[in-house]
Amino acid sequence: MDQIISNIGLLFEFPVVNLKILIDGIMIGALFALAAYGLALVWGVMNVKNLAQGDFVIAGGYVAWSLTNIGIHPFLGIPAAFIVMWGIGWITYKLVIKRVIERDLFTSLLATFGLAIMFAQIMNLMFGSDTQSIDLGYDTLHFGPGGFVDVPISKLIGVIVALSLAFGVIIFMKRSRMGQAIRATAQDARAARVLGIDTDKVYAFTFSLNSAICGAAGAIIVMAWVIQPFYGITYSIRAFVIVTAAGLGNLPGVIAAGLGIGAMEQYGAHIFGIGYQQAIAVLLLLIVLFFRLLQQRRKRQVLQ
Amino acid sequence: MGTLKKFGISLLATGALFASAPAAMAEDCDTITLGAAISLTGKYATNGVHAKNGYEYAIQKIKDAGGVKVADKCYNFSTIYYDDESKGDRGATLAERLINQDGVQYMLGPYSSGLTKAIAPVTEQYKIPMVEAEGASRSLFNKGYKYLFAVLSTSEQYLASAITLAAEMAEKEGKDPKSVKVAIAVENDPFSLDIRAGVQEDAKKYGMKIVLDEKLPRDLSDMSAILTKVKLLKPDVLIVSGHSKGAATAVRQIGEQNIDVPMIAVTHCEAADVVGNFGKAANGILCSTQWAETLSYEDDLFGTAAEYEAGFKEAFPEYTNKTVPYQVAQASAAVYVFKDAFERAGTLDKEMVRDAISATDMKTFYGDIRFSEAGNNIAKPMVLRQIQDGKYNVVAPSKFASHKLEWPREAE
Repeated sequence: MDQIISNIGLLFEFPVVNLKILIDGIMIGALFALAAYGLALVWGVMNVKNLAQGDFVIAGGYVAWSLTNIGIHPFLGIPAAFIVMWGIGWITYKLVIKRVIERDLFTSLLATFGLAIMFAQIMNLMFGSDTQSIDLGYDTLHFGPGGFVDVPISKLIGVIVALSLAFGVIIFMKRSRMGQAIRATAQDARAARVLGIDTDKVYAFTFSLNSAICGAAGAIIVMAWVIQPFYGITYSIRAFVIVTAAGLGNLPGVIAAGLGIGAMEQYGAHIFGIGYQQAIAVLLLLIVLFFRLLQQRRKRQVLQ
Repeated sequence: MGTLKKFGISLLATGALFASAPAAMAEDCDTITLGAAISLTGKYATNGVHAKNGYEYAIQKIKDAGGVKVADKCYNFSTIYYDDESKGDRGATLAERLINQDGVQYMLGPYSSGLTKAIAPVTEQYKIPMVEAEGASRSLFNKGYKYLFAVLSTSEQYLASAITLAAEMAEKEGKDPKSVKVAIAVENDPFSLDIRAGVQEDAKKYGMKIVLDEKLPRDLSDMSAILTKVKLLKPDVLIVSGHSKGAATAVRQIGEQNIDVPMIAVTHCEAADVVGNFGKAANGILCSTQWAETLSYEDDLFGTAAEYEAGFKEAFPEYTNKTVPYQVAQASAAVYVFKDAFERAGTLDKEMVRDAISATDMKTFYGDIRFSEAGNNIAKPMVLRQIQDGKYNVVAPSKFASHKLEWPREAE
């Protein structure tokens, strides 16, 4: 308790800490947002809640890490992870997801949960259980009083790439023919089929796109943070919290929620201790669900 | 002698591993079967494989040296391994299976304190002597176990010596050790909490103030929140322990955030390969280790610590460009303890063997081995190495130190 009070005291004693916490939070939040973004797509379009989301992220990280090991520049790892994970996503769709789309919620949850375990274990066998990361060897920018706020350039680059990718997908969804087809399928799959949209193709594309986005996120994470075969779950949880908070089909909302959760977690970690960082995310999920429920109840009452 | 079984298959497997090794005369020896549940998959897989390789190297080495001589007969060790998937309940089940179905009478330990804790009640129940090399938690040695022996130093000693070192440095500066501020960030698991307890105990002894005491989550990938506080509180010593992920995350972010603490002590530096991964950021960091190949220990079987390392690398070429981790060395030491105990017991009776293990007093390449009543090794000190220009140099305890401590640590 004393420590919590003194931690809060630090926030007021050194106001610059707030800035630092916000920046740290927004940087990690951008990556959460990216993973959540793919989840929102798959959830909204196919109504599949993909529990293997985080494992796709980690897999993308390992793609980039393996390429760096054979001497390819880490930046090329991002598109490479995007492409490789696109392929893996497509195969996963054809082998597993396709068979569970029409089934009830639990079948798809179980199937993707199984996928998550399998992915983690396969990565463990292939790459070993050690923590890995790529050190770009870039400097850290310092500013604020006494250079207190530090922004590693590698993280900055990562966040910029993540955000441009996110906006790229938004534009793609709005402008391109495939994006239109995806949105049409999401609104009403049957009507879309009637109007000549090959929904199976749309599903395959959506799932592959999701997996590719996750892969790119992983490639960024391995450059700026660390990965380990069993870290997938942390990204899955965040993705679920964010999508639940932002709602489906609200892609800009997902980005905002991602950044917000990143920042809140950092505050939580500062005040309550880093051991509770993930607890903050889950607590937020509970609060969001609670308010959603209240909202719905109100609506239902109005309808009656 | 129902305990003797020939396991041609496992012998063949061992043989295949060492296809290049000369066929020894020990070929006609009988076999003593050891059992081990070890993590070959799951989160401890890396270190589980290290331990297994250490066991196998020692077994082969003993075979090459003519086997184990028990009352004029010669024996070779052979081990049945099962994969415990890094899970405690699985480990306990496998231990039962080894004892009940495979008839194993002597056990080698699993990897990690958690797994050892899960298996020890089983071996205790069946009165099976177990020599373990990878479970350091001190909670293993206050349960009154009679059949559990550990060759390594217990975990509360891991970083406690850093506190002593910090006190020495403060005195050298003409300051009171009481003025030293300590920051602790350890994972919330039995092993790391022991480390914390050891550090706290020693800090209390010197009257030092603990300004930060945080627990790291299991899936740590970002500790900037802690490091921000470290920047504000300006401690003199920073202690971090969270297995290889803790070491990797800490060293990476200490470099990025330019953390300027005079002394930083971390566990699992080697496992996380902090020098290879983060280069200059790792300089000046103190790493605790059970063993280092530069120490001046030696024995008749493996030679000096350095010779052990060279021999092991020859047998397992995949370690060629790496430092052999201490997890390997201590696993070999555990097998060596068995050999020594069997020879002194002069029988395969497990009770006699247990008493012989308990009376062990040997000097090995890994350090001295002498067990307390509780079964932990009390003869070997913990070693601190400092990363100096990318090299791990022993700086404490001073008796075995090859280099001087660079203090205070300079942030880049």
